[in-house]
Amino acid sequence: MISTVEPWLVLSFSAVIFCIGLVGVLIRRNILVVLMCIELMLNAVNLTFVTFSKLQGDMGGQMSVFFIITVAAAESAVGLGLVIALFRTLRTVDTDEIRLLKE
Amino acid sequence: MELSPVFFTVFAAMAIAFALITVLKKNPASSAFSLVLVFFAFAGIYALLDAHLIATLQILVYAGAIMVLFIFVIMLLSADVPSFDLSRSHVGLRVASGALGLVLLGSLVWSFKNSVPFQGAGLFTAEKVEAAGGNTQVISELMFSEYILPFELTSVLLLTAIVGAVAIAKRRPNQHGAGPKGVRP
Repeated sequence: MISTVEPWLVLSFSAVIFCIGLVGVLIRRNILVVLMCIELMLNAVNLTFVTFSKLQGDMGGQMSVFFIITVAAAESAVGLGLVIALFRTLRTVDTDEIRLLKE
Repeated sequence: MELSPVFFTVFAAMAIAFALITVLKKNPASSAFSLVLVFFAFAGIYALLDAHLIATLQILVYAGAIMVLFIFVIMLLSADVPSFDLSRSHVGLRVASGALGLVLLGSLVWSFKNSVPFQGAGLFTAEKVEAAGGNTQVISELMFSEYILPFELTSVLLLTAIVGAVAIAKRRPNQHGAGPKGVRP
């Protein structure tokens, strides 16, 4: 038996994940968790792309997801390199402690 | 859309639950491992949506490469101690962020529910993709014909990211003798 799920339910699910990631970026102070929440938001957008790609019978959405995954990998590599450089200078991963430009 | 409601509900509930754990857990290592499960649930949903190549890439790149990088950095920095940053952040900030998230979520859900999605028969309907050899073959042919320029630019981007990450994270020889803030093992 194959039944269906309404498209807006799938899109709303990705909106839920996006909002969880957004709130996480705003309330967390650990820079590693902030980077993880950015990955959550990127994943939610990917799911929206795939859903519309399926709805409209167009492969452009899935191609975009391919490029987004590549950019996300590059982003996390550079971001974690920055975290390591930051930790070496300040000995912390807390974003409240990063105020080198204020001193 | 032809999509099994049972499997979609299971994967969606799993993803939402572990996403909440990712945000709310105090320990970054637990956050990282919950995030791996979120990525697996997303891969399941991609497979339900007939995006097989994307589902595989999701597991290989996200759950594999990116999360190994995260966990490696967490262990390297010995940052897997509970950080009580959530309780330390300002109450007003937390309430405002939650309200912002709920407002955004409400407006997104409302617009998704009330818009009439364009359900056109595009060039790649399920039957045509099946006839052309399946999802992976269609995407591969597109990638090396219509999208060849972005694909090549992606390789330049990755090269830049590799060089940048090494240049940023490399330990520089210190000219001043003592390290920053005098930290020296």
